Amino acid sequence: MNIDGELIAFFVFSLLAIGGAVFMINLTRVMHMALALAFALLSLAGIYILLEAPFLAVMHIMIYTGAVSVIMIFGIMLTKHKVDAHELEPPRFGFNLLSLLGTGLLFAIIMWVIYQFPFVTTGVESPAFKVQDLGAELFKQYMIPFEIASILLLAALIGAIVLARREENE
Amino acid sequence: MNLASFLALAAILFCIGLYGVMTKRNAVIVLFSVELMLNATNINLVAFSKYGVIPSITGQVFTLFSLVIAAAEAAVGLAILMALYRKKGTVEADKYNSLKG
Repeated sequence: MNIDGELIAFFVFSLLAIGGAVFMINLTRVMHMALALAFALLSLAGIYILLEAPFLAVMHIMIYTGAVSVIMIFGIMLTKHKVDAHELEPPRFGFNLLSLLGTGLLFAIIMWVIYQFPFVTTGVESPAFKVQDLGAELFKQYMIPFEIASILLLAALIGAIVLARREENE
Repeated sequence: MNLASFLALAAILFCIGLYGVMTKRNAVIVLFSVELMLNATNINLVAFSKYGVIPSITGQVFTLFSLVIAAAEAAVGLAILMALYRKKGTVEADKYNSLKG
């Protein structure tokens, strides 16, 4: 395998993404976890650029590192979190070990399948997709799903307001 | 670059997210981990869109829809968390056991 810039960029971005995800699991303070997750999601946008999907990369930065992270940080700030060690319940080592084993088994099976049965490539060179192609596909073939998605967003907006509203008679 | 590298990256991120969902007590962190798992599947879709057997832009369109669903999920999930927090006074997922018979 020859080393080129694409490979180096892939390794850097995936290392940042995996590192952010591992930090997200291992840090103790919730706000640090949110920042680590935002970092991991930001580096995933680089992976999208490597996959020649620049529109998706920009959307990913706007929606995930922007909107979802801010929503999550609001969720952290509006709730109370235990930070000191004496407040935390003792970690469940047996349960954690069992989860690690199960997840590791799933990971091993997925990796075995990926590398044991590689996808047959027909040698068709993928055309360079432009944003225009994406828009044409979205507004011609996927018009009705697009409208349904906008209705879903409206329903989620109203539902979130109704659910999070403080009830008067409480 | 080949397809398997991207699939492997997605598998690693998915498994980290799954481990977080199973072991974390804090409900906010569980929501974080679910976001991570959704992102891992998005990488798969875009990778197949470029390196699949028949390269097609449909994978990117599906990823856009997946982004919309994930954003709606985050908003509604957080609103439910707020309502539960007011009811129970905690964000520990283990304490949410009202549905236990």
